[in-house]
Formats: sequence, structure tokens, C-alpha cells
Amino acid sequence: MDSGVVLDLETNSVGSFPPLLRGEGWDEGQQQVRTSLLPLTPPLSPQERGEGADRACGGTCAMSHTFSPRNIVVAALLIMLALVPVYAALTGNFFVMTLFTRIVILALAATSLNLILGYGGMVSFGHAVYLGIGGYAVGILSFEGVASGFLQWPVAVLASALFALIIGALSLRTRGVYFIMITLAFSQMAYFVAVALDRYGGDDGQTIYRKSQFADLINLGNRTQFYYLCLTLLFGGIYLCWRIVNSRFGLVIQGARSNDRRMQAIGFPTYRYRLTCFVIAGMMGGLAGALLANHVGFISPAMLHWTRSGDLIVMVVLGGMGSVFGPLIGAVTLLVLEELLPPLIRFGALPFVAPEVAVRASEYWQIVLGPIFLLVVLFWRGGINGLLEGSRRD
Amino acid sequence: MTDALLQIEGLTKRFGGVLASDAITLAVPPGELHAVIGPNGAGKTTLIGQLSGELKPDAGTIRFDGRDITALPVHRRSALGLARTFQITSLFPDFTALDNVSLAVQAHRGHSFRFWSAARKDAYLREPARAALNRVGLEGRADVVVSRFSHGEQRQLEIALALATGPRLLLLDEPMAGIGPDESAHMVRTLQALKREVTILLIEHDMQAVFALADRITVLVYGRVIASGAPDAIRNNTEVRKAYLGSPQEKADETAVEQVAAEGAAGVRPGARQGVHDD
Repeated sequence: MDSGVVLDLETNSVGSFPPLLRGEGWDEGQQQVRTSLLPLTPPLSPQERGEGADRACGGTCAMSHTFSPRNIVVAALLIMLALVPVYAALTGNFFVMTLFTRIVILALAATSLNLILGYGGMVSFGHAVYLGIGGYAVGILSFEGVASGFLQWPVAVLASALFALIIGALSLRTRGVYFIMITLAFSQMAYFVAVALDRYGGDDGQTIYRKSQFADLINLGNRTQFYYLCLTLLFGGIYLCWRIVNSRFGLVIQGARSNDRRMQAIGFPTYRYRLTCFVIAGMMGGLAGALLANHVGFISPAMLHWTRSGDLIVMVVLGGMGSVFGPLIGAVTLLVLEELLPPLIRFGALPFVAPEVAVRASEYWQIVLGPIFLLVVLFWRGGINGLLEGSRRD
Repeated sequence: MTDALLQIEGLTKRFGGVLASDAITLAVPPGELHAVIGPNGAGKTTLIGQLSGELKPDAGTIRFDGRDITALPVHRRSALGLARTFQITSLFPDFTALDNVSLAVQAHRGHSFRFWSAARKDAYLREPARAALNRVGLEGRADVVVSRFSHGEQRQLEIALALATGPRLLLLDEPMAGIGPDESAHMVRTLQALKREVTILLIEHDMQAVFALADRITVLVYGRVIASGAPDAIRNNTEVRKAYLGSPQEKADETAVEQVAAEGAAGVRPGARQGVHDD
């Protein structure tokens, strides 16, 4: 992705909805009513003036933002992701390849969740169900002798779309906690259906002996080829997400998150737009599921367990809800921390305690991860993305 | 009056034991600015709710331009040219003013199942939106995020949002609620300029504004229309005076009037400028 795209993302999606500003402006506005008799022309705060200038020049003269901390981090991240196979080949460390293939796939799933959760305000607590449906579509078809990816993957995506359509049609009639509970209930239903599929391994799951076949086009058995396929699909997913959120459709979705009642009053039948968004997110999730099944070569009900849905939510919130690169940042942060924290704790504890104790302590790495997550949620509403953005704004 | 733009007949709405709309019959001809006034709890906001489609009436019909819209959902009514504003400001706080109004334009200019091209660069949406901002004097604030707006500016934007849908009938639910004298004057000027161009049903507590703007006034008390007519006739109507000021010495021939007097004594002042919220 060249810098032009990053620059455009800056001015179009994130610049117009600063997540850090949400909420605080309200009180400001109310105070002005009380204190000033001429609130129609309140003095501009320095921040506001700065923002007005940003927006006035649009995407053409935002050079100063090209090297904002966020863009530098994102650019570094993208370059790093692109170079993972090179690093693996040079060092022979193929664990890094495996780890990052998983990160890229889950980042795609998180990106799809962000579309409904971050932009649409639909807190779905069952998004892993699409990972499961996509995965089982590949696994089941493969088991039944249909190895062609040209068939498996469309089935994975369409089955996810159908399931999303059904869940969405029912759950989108509710709001808030009820919506969360209904999406959770549906995903648990799917989980127990997977457990009951004795032919396909039931509770234990099943190994996929043949990866999806794409004739001579691409060989998924080749780790490097598979990694770059996943990465291409992730970038494609992020780009699609960015186009969507800045399109007419995306504005309707964000408007419905912000104020659904007003959206209807100005003439939008918001339900059908939100449902469409829900289905699009489900399809992207199903594609990620098909990738995941090919990656691990195994399907099991654990793929769609509700804790997986929770992981996806953590990635989105940690990285930054409602920002196009947030879910990628969140997925990388969460999954890399999961790998890094145990050895870090072990080495950190070694000088002070006996080696066995240090090893035992490293098993409790989640005690460290939890507070990190808590801090991000408490202090930076826009997640890590918001944190990077915020430092630019000051 | 078959050529009325808005024709309400026998509109009735009950909330449990409370009759919020009691067989309201009302006609608004095209071009009129019709004000609905009444003490707190008179059912004014309930009336707007039914007209906009958020509340389903228990009985009665609403006709808009000759067409029965009683059962139509909110967004379909908007498509027909019925726009409302909200008593408690209802905007998209994390969008800019221009984005807010553009959304309203977008709702009425083609479908929004368009996933690819950037809507914020679409002059087809942005130009009418800028025009609507101009109408309410917010053109200089187009690119400011709305959560940074003063309350008065937000009230103006409320109007712009409704205007941007290209309405034939504007339902204004207390546009002056909670704003200061200067902003009130600004709002009256805005509405004065809109008059004739678009038919308006105005609900308002600010009596000065109502009498300055309205062609006709309907007085609602306990869900019932107790008077309807020109401003002067309403000003001199004894029943209306009773409703607002209370007149204990007068022999009340209706129980309703007694109740109304009690309400008047409870401190409903005409011309109250603070936001008085109906339930």
C-alpha cells in the first residue's frame, strides 16, 4: 500500500470521527449556553481551528499528517508483515511464519467484526461463528471428497452469508444487551451443532488431510504462497472496509450507530442497511474461517467457541474500534503479546526467584495481559490507534 | 377542507388511563404556519409522534396531501415530504455539520446501497447540504464536528437537517427549547424566512414567537382541541385564558376546564423560555 492511500485514509475516515472527542464536546456546548449570550459564534479553541484547517484542505495538502505516529506505525507494520516470509527463510524460524499466518487470518476476521462493531455499533458476541462455518465448509467438503477451493471457498462465504442473514434478521430487531445476548445464543447453538456432528469428529474435531485445491493457480501447501494469499486477502479486506465506510452505505451505517431514530426521521429504513452490513461482515468472517481451516489443517467446535468471539472483540477494541487499521493493530498486539509475555516473565523473574518458580510464573502471563487491556480501554477510547492519533493531535 | 396538506381526523391515543390525544381534528392548508400550543402534558409531543409515525394512534386518520398515511412507517412518511425536528436535540454528534445535513440529503437522492465511491466527495449530496446550512446561517461552521456546537447552533442544525430532506410539511417540536433570547430571535428570523415556502406545524412554548409567526393557532389541553383560530381570536378566547391563567371565580361548565385551571395554577407560564419538556 503506498503512502497516498494511507494519507487518504487519514483525511477521510479517521479525521472526521475523532473517537477521542466523543462525549466531551457535549458538556462544552451546554456550558456555552449558560455562560455566553452569543453562543452562535463561540471562540474557536486552538484544537478546533487546527481541525478546521485540516478539513479545509482535504486530501491534497495533508502532508504534515503523512508522518504522523499512527501512519508510521501502520506503515512499519505493513512492511513488517510483508517481510515475514523473508525473515523466516533467512533465519529458518518457521514458527514466526505459522504465528503470523494466524495473526493475518484473525486480523481479517477482526476487520470484518469492526465493520459491524466499530462502525455499525452492533456489538456481536458471536462473530467466531463465521470462522467456524467457513472452517467447517472447507473441512466437511474436503472430507466428502470435494477438494476444489473454487467450490469450497464460495460455499464457506455463502453459508456464512446465509447464517448472518438469519441471525441478523432476528437480532437486529433488538438493541444493546439483548443484541449481545442473541448473537451469543446463536453462536452457542452453532457450537453445539458442531459438537453433535459425529461424522465430522464431534467434540474432538477432525483433521483436514487435503488443503483446498486451486488447480495450478496457487499451492496452499506452500507456506509462503499461503501466507501471501492470506496477506493479500487481509489487505483487500481492509481496503474494502475503507471503501465501504466512506461510501453512501458506510455513512448510513455510521449514522444508524450514532442516532438511529434520527436516521429514520430523515428517511432511512435503517434496518435493511444494518442487516446488509451484518451479512457483509459475516461473509468476510467466513472467508477468514476457510483460511483458518487450511492453515491449521483441522476443524473443531473450539473454532466457534464464544471465547473466540471474545478474542475478536478484544482485538477490535484494543486496536481501535471504528478505524480501518485498528483491528490489524489489535490482532498483532494481542497475539504477539500472547507469545512474548511468557518468556518475558520468565526472564524477568529469573534474577529474583528460583528457575522453577520463574517457569511457573510465566504460565500466568494473562495476569499481565489483562491489566494492559484494561489500561487501554480505560484511558484510550480509540484503542491503540486512538492513542497514536491522540499524540498527533496535541 | 379536502385540499388541506395535512388533515387529521379524530386522532386518539391512550397511554394506560391517560388520554394523550382525544379525538383531535385539525387541518393545515398548504403554505400555512400552524402553531399548536398548550400547557405541559397537553399531548403536543404525542401529536408530533403520531404525525411522524413513531407512535401508532389508537383511532383516527392522518391524511397527507389526500393520502392516508396513518399506518406508514417513519421513513416512508419522510419520503413523502414530511419532516420533523426534535424537542430534545437529535443529531449525529460525531459527524461534522455538513456530514449531518448531507445524510439527510442522501436519504432523498437515490438509494444508499452504494458501497464504493466516496460519499463525502459527491457534489450531488454536498451542494444541497451546503444550501440547507446556509438557510439556517451555519455555512461558516460546516466542517466543525457537531458535538462542539453550542446548544443554539444545534437547534439551528435540527432545522437544517429537516430542510435538507426537501419537505412539504415541517413538524417543528419546540425549536426554541432551552435557547437564549438572542438565539430565539435568530430562530424566529429563520422560521420567518421559511414561512410560505414550506408548510409548517409548529409546537412551541415561547408565546412571543408563536404569536409573531403563526397564521393560525390550535390550543391543546389534556389531549383535546379547545380552540383553533387566528392569533387574535386565540388571544381573546376566554377558555384559552382560563387554560393558561386559571380563573377560579368563573363557573366552570366543564370538568376539563377545572382541571386546566389546576394545571395553570401549577405554574405553567406563557412565554416560558426554558426548555419545558412534555412527557
